[in-house]
Amino acid sequence: MKKLLSGNEAIARGAWEGGAHFGAAYPGTPSTEILENLSKYEEVLTEWSTNEKVALEVAIGASFGGARALVAQKHVGLNVAADPLFSVSYIGVTGGLVIVTADDPGMHSSQNEQDNRHYARAAKLAMFEPSDSQEAKEFTRMAFALSEEYDIPVLIRMTTRTCHSKSIVELGERKEVEIKEYQKDFQKRVILPSHARKLHVEVEERLKKLKDFSNNFEYNKIEWNSKDVGIIASGVAYQYAKEVMPEASFLKISFSYPLPDKKIEEFLKGVKKVIIVEENDPIMETEIKAMFPGYEIHGKDMIPMINELNPSIVRESINPEEKKEKVDLGDIPPRPPALCPGCPHTGVFYILNQLKAIVAGDIGCYTLGALPPLNAMDSCVDMGASVSNAHGLDTVFRKLKGEKKRVVGVIGDSTFFHSGITSLIDLVYNKGAATIIILDNRITAMTGHQENPGSGKNIKGEPTKEIKIEDIVRAVGVEDVHVVDPFDLKNLKKVINDAIHTDEPSVIITKRPCALLFRKVKWSPLKVIPDKCVGCKICVRLGCPAISFRDNKAVIEPTLCTSCGLCADVCPTDAIVPVDESGTNIRDYWDYDEHVNNRDKEVK
Amino acid sequence: MELQSIIICGVGGQGILLASDVLSDVLIDAGFDVKKSEVHGMSQRGGDVVSTVRYGEKVYSPIVGEDEADMILAFERLEALRTLKYLKKDGKLMINDFKWDPLPVATGTLEYPEDVFERVKRKTNNIQIVDAVKVAEELGNIRVANVYLLGVLAKEMAVKRDIWESVIKRRVPEKAVEVNLKAFDKGYSGN
Ligand SMILES: Cc1ncc(C[n+]2csc(CCOP(=O)(O)OP(=O)(O)O)c2C)c(N)n1
Ligand code: SF4
Ligand code: SF4
Repeated sequence: MKKLLSGNEAIARGAWEGGAHFGAAYPGTPSTEILENLSKYEEVLTEWSTNEKVALEVAIGASFGGARALVAQKHVGLNVAADPLFSVSYIGVTGGLVIVTADDPGMHSSQNEQDNRHYARAAKLAMFEPSDSQEAKEFTRMAFALSEEYDIPVLIRMTTRTCHSKSIVELGERKEVEIKEYQKDFQKRVILPSHARKLHVEVEERLKKLKDFSNNFEYNKIEWNSKDVGIIASGVAYQYAKEVMPEASFLKISFSYPLPDKKIEEFLKGVKKVIIVEENDPIMETEIKAMFPGYEIHGKDMIPMINELNPSIVRESINPEEKKEKVDLGDIPPRPPALCPGCPHTGVFYILNQLKAIVAGDIGCYTLGALPPLNAMDSCVDMGASVSNAHGLDTVFRKLKGEKKRVVGVIGDSTFFHSGITSLIDLVYNKGAATIIILDNRITAMTGHQENPGSGKNIKGEPTKEIKIEDIVRAVGVEDVHVVDPFDLKNLKKVINDAIHTDEPSVIITKRPCALLFRKVKWSPLKVIPDKCVGCKICVRLGCPAISFRDNKAVIEPTLCTSCGLCADVCPTDAIVPVDESGTNIRDYWDYDEHVNNRDKEVK
Repeated sequence: MELQSIIICGVGGQGILLASDVLSDVLIDAGFDVKKSEVHGMSQRGGDVVSTVRYGEKVYSPIVGEDEADMILAFERLEALRTLKYLKKDGKLMINDFKWDPLPVATGTLEYPEDVFERVKRKTNNIQIVDAVKVAEELGNIRVANVYLLGVLAKEMAVKRDIWESVIKRRVPEKAVEVNLKAFDKGYSGN
């Protein structure tokens, strides 16, 4: 049967067909839907992990236990998981272990353009590079058996385009594989120096054997055509080049580490010159030029290293004379993403802006608090960095320079579980005094609303133990802890202002669900009474997408407004009122007292 | 048949991904090789959304570069202008005459360009402007705006109406099939 599948759906399907028993991941665009789709197959047990390192370690445990396991993450996620990655390379696998890395050339939703093909080299692991959904499915399926045969974790390198493009896939059936009997093997799995020295020898042996595999792998394929130009390409870059240069000969690289040296040599000998078309870094180019000096090989002298490729870029890079003249369409106002109407994060940044705090930010929807009109974030480095960056800033100002500065770290709930906890322990341990605001919107919103340890549900939406952030915060030694309603601006301002003026660490947890969790509810909107609006633009500074400013008056778009009431609260002339007093509004719909205060009373 | 590329663009929340899913299904049922591409991520937060559908006997790349798309269906005026760089010179541009202020315009820092239709003529004169909101309101269901727009697109394509009908029937809730088909036909018949 044929079906149009995204690359991510295809990977899940391939894992299922390949007999996977277990899957773990921390979400991250563009990889998130891999595990979401895998969780739909009954035969595979799946888990959202607290972070990528944990996901890989759990999967390694599952492999030790004899199961076939898959982990998936975005490219920067593999940085977080790099420590176990390098160890498991030496240790090897029992059940097949497949690790998907989803890179993001073009940085559609990431902080950098790192090329994770480097990881295959650095950690000495096998790597597949699918160029469409069919290959994504097939290579994933094959990867489990390969992993077991060569005793090696296998990397599958996807990119935003292969993850999120849909193409036609021929579906297969699942091949059931038994979970192997557990056997203790401490010389292999306890990675002491004495053991690792022996294992390293095997790692190098294994790579030699894999080179043979690579040379014989049918998807590492030479397509002879005109001998004037030969193209070597992998991943989606192959598709771009194939479209642009149908007359050229091709060496398509599908298994990209170790590279198929014999096939490459045969190809180099068969054509007059070679152009290597690869996205981002010149990885194949560097290796091939080193292996085979003396051939005419082009690469990054033509193909750009920055940004993702597309067919026109490839065409114009290879044939600069085909460059078309660009039509000037004039300035086009950008359409940046914004916090949603009724987003529980909005008020926090509105207040931080008013208080002129120095804000170390973090990664999530709330990073949008950095953009105008909120302008309330000074830095954002990587997940979890808000807490530690804030501590570093506070240390310099308070301890080294003796200055009073208002340093705040802002972090989301999922990000706090991911890597904020260790930073908070560090802050307390080292007598920091920064204020940390944890934006608990009850979900991992940015990546499309995944459950997390604080939401009380697992990947399938089934109930599980809810881990309370306030309990963790108190347990690590923070004494000044506040749980507040982010829609109560007055209280929020007072609590934050008090906290930034104390000389001890303070944690403020704002609790209210992401507005999109109530997508199906119909809200009764607010409206601006034009005669009362004095055009002060104070409400506009909330950055709510439902509010616009026209002819010197604020206007609310009724279809977007969730009636959170923040604009009405900040309006100095009471010009903003509900269209219908008795209608549903998001503030009362999720009643703070009922969900936070009263529940805590019951627990006590 | 030569490779064809269609871009559907607009603002997050306008139903663009659903529209391009329907389009892809139709093309598969019509027997083509199909690839579809879009970028997820920030789109949910009111950013711009672009979905590319390519079809023909054999499709390699899932995306197009500048000056390569045969047709663009824009759900919003400004997004028509933003995506226009991908259109072939004198390619077909269908614009829904709808304005959605981006945040910098809403907050009064930038102006919404008033001359969108004049500017698009620098690249193509092959323009059709429709009012999907009006049609959908007339039909009594604002949600059918995107299916009406698909009808407008379908008129320009050589795929039988039956195939569109069967995919729409498959994709929309049973209750809504009739009104969606009406909306589609309004676009398809051009009145
Ligand atoms: C190491 C790493 N893993 C994953 C991601 C992708 N990512 C960005 S933000 C985010 C989740 C943010 O959730 P939360 O902290 O709850 O904030 P929210 O979006 O809900 O406001 C994820 C998973 C990333 N950028 N870096
Ligand atoms: S998805 Fe949720 S958390 Fe993200 S901006 Fe919208 S309301 Fe806020
Ligand atoms: S009440 Fe005001 S701030 Fe809240 S969603 Fe509506 S317009 Fe936006």
